[in-house]
Amino acid sequence: MKKRYLLWILLPLFLAACRKDQKPVPETVTQVGAPDTGLLKGMYVLNEGNMGSNKASLDFLDLQTGKYHQDIYEQANPTVVKGLGDVGNDLGVYGGKLYIVVNNSNKVEVVNANTVKRIGQVNIQNCRNIIFNNGKAYVSAFLGVVGDPKAPNGAVYEIDTATLQITRKVTVGRQPEELAIVNNKIYVANSGGYSPPNYERTLSVVDLNTFTEIKRIDVGINLEKVKPDAYGNLYVTSRGDYYTVPPDLFVIDTKTDAVKKDFKMPVSNFYIKGDTAYMYAVAFSYTTGQNTISYSMIDVKTETVINKQYITDGTNQQIKVPYGIAVNPLTGEVYVTDAKNYVTPGTLYSFGTDGKKKFSVTTGDIPGHFTFLYNSNHH
Amino acid sequence: MSIFLVSLLPVTTIAQTKDSTEKLKADTLRKLNEVKITTSRNYIQATSPVPVQVLKGAQLEQINSLTVADAVRYFSGVQLKDYGGVGGLKTINVRSLGTNHTAVFYDGVEFSNAQNGQVDLGKFSLDNIEEIALYDAQQNSIFQPAKGFASASVLYLVTKSPKFRDSSDFTGKATLKTGSFGLINPSVNAAYKIGNNGYATISTELMHANGRYKFSTNDGGDTTAVRSNGDINSQRIEAAAAIASKDSAVWKIRGYLFHSDRGLPAAVVNHNFDSDQREWDRDMFLQSSYQTNPTNRDSWQINAKYSNDYTSYLDPDITTTRGLLNDKYTEKELYFSVANRYRVTKQLSFDLSADYQRNSLNSTQNDTIPYRFVSPVRNQLLIAAAGELRLKRWDIQANLLATFVNDSVDTLVSAGRKTKYTPAFLFSWQPFENPELHVRGFYKDIFRLPTFNDLYFTFIGNSFLKPEFTKQSDLGLTYNKSWKQQTLTDLFLQVDGYCNIIHNKIIAAPGQNLARWMMYNINEVHITGLDIDASAIWQLPAKIQLSTGITYTYQKGIDVTSDGYNTGQEIPYTPKSSGSLLIGAQKDRFVLNYSFIYTGSRYDEAANTPVRNYLQPWYTHDMSVTYSGNFKHHQIKLCGEVNNMLNQQYEVIRNFPMPGRNYRITISTNI
Repeated sequence: MKKRYLLWILLPLFLAACRKDQKPVPETVTQVGAPDTGLLKGMYVLNEGNMGSNKASLDFLDLQTGKYHQDIYEQANPTVVKGLGDVGNDLGVYGGKLYIVVNNSNKVEVVNANTVKRIGQVNIQNCRNIIFNNGKAYVSAFLGVVGDPKAPNGAVYEIDTATLQITRKVTVGRQPEELAIVNNKIYVANSGGYSPPNYERTLSVVDLNTFTEIKRIDVGINLEKVKPDAYGNLYVTSRGDYYTVPPDLFVIDTKTDAVKKDFKMPVSNFYIKGDTAYMYAVAFSYTTGQNTISYSMIDVKTETVINKQYITDGTNQQIKVPYGIAVNPLTGEVYVTDAKNYVTPGTLYSFGTDGKKKFSVTTGDIPGHFTFLYNSNHH
Repeated sequence: MSIFLVSLLPVTTIAQTKDSTEKLKADTLRKLNEVKITTSRNYIQATSPVPVQVLKGAQLEQINSLTVADAVRYFSGVQLKDYGGVGGLKTINVRSLGTNHTAVFYDGVEFSNAQNGQVDLGKFSLDNIEEIALYDAQQNSIFQPAKGFASASVLYLVTKSPKFRDSSDFTGKATLKTGSFGLINPSVNAAYKIGNNGYATISTELMHANGRYKFSTNDGGDTTAVRSNGDINSQRIEAAAAIASKDSAVWKIRGYLFHSDRGLPAAVVNHNFDSDQREWDRDMFLQSSYQTNPTNRDSWQINAKYSNDYTSYLDPDITTTRGLLNDKYTEKELYFSVANRYRVTKQLSFDLSADYQRNSLNSTQNDTIPYRFVSPVRNQLLIAAAGELRLKRWDIQANLLATFVNDSVDTLVSAGRKTKYTPAFLFSWQPFENPELHVRGFYKDIFRLPTFNDLYFTFIGNSFLKPEFTKQSDLGLTYNKSWKQQTLTDLFLQVDGYCNIIHNKIIAAPGQNLARWMMYNINEVHITGLDIDASAIWQLPAKIQLSTGITYTYQKGIDVTSDGYNTGQEIPYTPKSSGSLLIGAQKDRFVLNYSFIYTGSRYDEAANTPVRNYLQPWYTHDMSVTYSGNFKHHQIKLCGEVNNMLNQQYEVIRNFPMPGRNYRITISTNI
């Protein structure tokens, strides 16, 4: 009898053997295309990961070898506690460094742009987007002060890219998202997303010399993306209110700082290469419970819709929720990511200039942000 | 035995229906309190057509548990979703159907939550709980409210009924628990006899804990930190009365008031281990039941309840134009149920139950009506018709439940009207003359309605959601035997194989913006499993009584959504293997207990990605010593516990670290 008890008590020890040592997430490599020895080294893909999951992850499309590397951060930095972090929201390469904005980890992670080895981090609570200019990085944050009931406004922080120290800070509108720099001024898209239906409807304009907000440009509710073209114009998206106000696209003339055109068409995200803007829209309506997805192209020189599609082979039918877009500056290939149902690994698609799929590859969860890496590390 | 037990203890009802109820005669309440189930120890479980697992009395005290949540971990087929610490949310998931498919009944009336469909079992201290019983499908008596038929599994919590000693009119107990996490938990229970046929009880409790504990993570680099913002301060007061009349009718009433103020620990993520979110809860209910048997053939029960629950939630990390984000919710429920059982013959009886329930939810955000909030009201009428045929070796039950739901909202689109008819069929068969072995099984169709949050929560809800349907089938056997004058005195074994199918599984997925979750009806899930549950009592030399229990669950929950992204993969948080082991030894005034809980590896996402989505198995060893003795006319009980003795660092939910080794001391005395 006693032996039997002993067995039961020993059983847990056998089970104990099932618990493995936790290893860093391994890198996986997939051949997706032919090697190409052009000026471009490749493209980083940032996967957001769900809030609270701590699954922000970094992938790299190596254009020189034609290989897609998934989960490269953990391999390069196996000793960083809890890895890259929670909700990767934006990234950019500047001066040989890769900056990754990790929203719920309240930091901008700075790594070597070629090796992805960690250099340091800049702590900014609730940081969102990043842009670079003249040795400085500018980061938007949803709140300028966290925990003050009377401070609903957001801020833009200036970081010295040599020292990785915050040098200046300016308060802008509520919950600022993307930033653009034109004529020594930062244009920030304010969303006001914490106080629906009292959304913001403005771009904040910050003078880079004085680092003060010099004006607001009234555009439309719940702004998100703002990107410049080569003609002194800014393209700005409004997310609408998800009920009666649909998403929209506006053009701002930076000479007059006024709205020049309202396209009256839904656009969620876009990428401008040369004279062409590649766009898509995911318009969700709570009144129908449906997503309406569309793809479009705009000629930014004439500011008109081009009667052409950048996906022509029907692959768009497979993309459930387009979540990110970029265009290869050399080849003109279009990269689109599918976030699917947001709780499963996404897919990166590549389309040739003929609109036909060149490859698709599995990414991390919620792939949405890209930056290109050049051979000479210039930007 | 007394008929009064029928209403006082739902589980005991079963014992009576199984017993020849005719023998039961009206008696005084005093006698009622002396009654124990005199048949074999595991009679209910052994003869039930549905799997029943019960923890009660000494057994319940044996396991190192502070709340109902800790206790249900010892049931087979159960996963407890535990966010860690004293104040962390703890919900039950039975046979991988999901939290929303288990109804929780408190003294025979459902403790529901129309807002999110989840009941936090961490709220229920074991201080006033006599018995916890988990039934797959439904309770094994047809004589119950229609609500009792309306979920895929049911957890019954039965409050303590007083045991008066001799001619005393008063009984009471004071308890103090203290230990790790800064826990201070005093409680007092008292009962007065009202005449010979009634009693009144009061039970009150305070709980304070700072909720801090050390944890370490080796996800990437190694680090050790202190879990913060898990503090809790709660108060509970409950008053109840029960009166029996000479003609066997019993009337009961219970009032309940609970208040808590707690921190909400957030996910531990890179460079962000802390949280400053807070939640305040105030739950209040008044429930009453009346049961009578006008004739031998005819039994009636009437139940009614009013509840009013208030929750306030503060997120200081979000500043709106009206200040820090503060959502407040008030949920009200009105419930009324009538059930009638009629015995046509000794073998055949029928039940007809009709329940009406009205739920409403009001909300404010920073003291104004939230954007696009619709103040939903749900009216439900449930009618159940059930029949039971009880032959010498067969117990066959069948029922049909009709559910009529109507949601109305003040603006926008409501989910509207729905009518559903759902059947269940249950049997228990004794194949041989010898009653030791029983074969049993059931089939049940049921659904869960989308909750108010699923349907209407601004920026999350999707009023186009359909109910989530489950089809459960189960086939099992039980073996129950007792011996006298032997080392092994009691042996009970139950083994059940089951297959569950979920249609239109409601899935939450973040929307365009991560703060915006959306609800979809997408998944089809197949769950197959095997539950094994064995317990034994041994009389060892030197007057040592040993009780042992082991449970084991093997299951596979597979996503079978056609054209899904993860077809063929395991659904999240469904370990293939899980189990528990309990050993208790009693000698004289000392009881020594050891328990072990094991949960196998699982994935935290629908995509079964190795490493990234993999969660380690975890297992904890707990130990306790209890001494009971008398000190100057007081019965004193002292208990010392060590939980997670090997200090395992583990997570039940990804990024929510659980406590390592921790201690608790309990002292109680009668007053």
